[in-house]
Amino acid sequence: MRREAKIFHHSFSADPLSVRTALRAALARFIRHITPDEAGTLELVLAEALNNIVEHGYGDTGEGTITLSLVRDLRGLSCSISDDGVELPATCLDRAFGESDRPEPDSLPEGGFGWFLIRDLVEDLGYHRANGRNLLAFRLPLAPVEGIS
Amino acid sequence: MNLYAEARSGALVVSVNEERLDAAIAIRFKDLMREVTSQPSQRVVLDLSHVTFLDSSGLGAVVAVMKSLGPDRRLELAGLTPNVERVFRLTRMDSVFSIHRSVDAALREGIRNVG
Repeated sequence: MRREAKIFHHSFSADPLSVRTALRAALARFIRHITPDEAGTLELVLAEALNNIVEHGYGDTGEGTITLSLVRDLRGLSCSISDDGVELPATCLDRAFGESDRPEPDSLPEGGFGWFLIRDLVEDLGYHRANGRNLLAFRLPLAPVEGIS
Repeated sequence: MNLYAEARSGALVVSVNEERLDAAIAIRFKDLMREVTSQPSQRVVLDLSHVTFLDSSGLGAVVAVMKSLGPDRRLELAGLTPNVERVFRLTRMDSVFSIHRSVDAALREGIRNVG
């Protein structure tokens, strides 16, 4: 009998503590099927993407909803994050899609790292906005494992 | 935000007794570190051995702490777990700090340098 790929699907409020809970739930789902390094990387990229939405997406109201979906396939973990906040700012887009410079260590930067971490660790990063919603999608490559159809 | 500070071997050793140094806690960490490091000591060794997750907000906070110490004081890091080491390495910020395997290793090195 063919096993269907199970989708991890979690909607939560756009605040830092809810992000922590979402990360914990996502890691718990996949932790037994990935290496410790892969788990660390997964948590990092998700944290960076989600924190960015919390920080930039909703201005002072701080009220919004983020939806995180993860599904394992042959090539890795496909991730999509959607939210109903403001459009991804141009500076973030520039960092995410290559127009901007990395923070230089000697300048002792306190920020601007997040999108470069995401870029370095994921594949097929894409962003789309429609109908007042943002969608960010990417794949976290994983070492091949048997049993995934 | 649980920090424990102790003067040892001429250094101020600050242990971060939190599992996560992330966006949810970064500001409190910076504020508390500013208080804790107001006592004078040339070396501040930050014990991160309990921290199993650090994101770019946590990294930024650690950099901010270093800058707030000023040019005459050093912030050194000890006990980086794999997830934490990964962030410092990927951002190349590991080149900016002295990083030690443990607090004991950091303090042993300090004693050697003084002699």
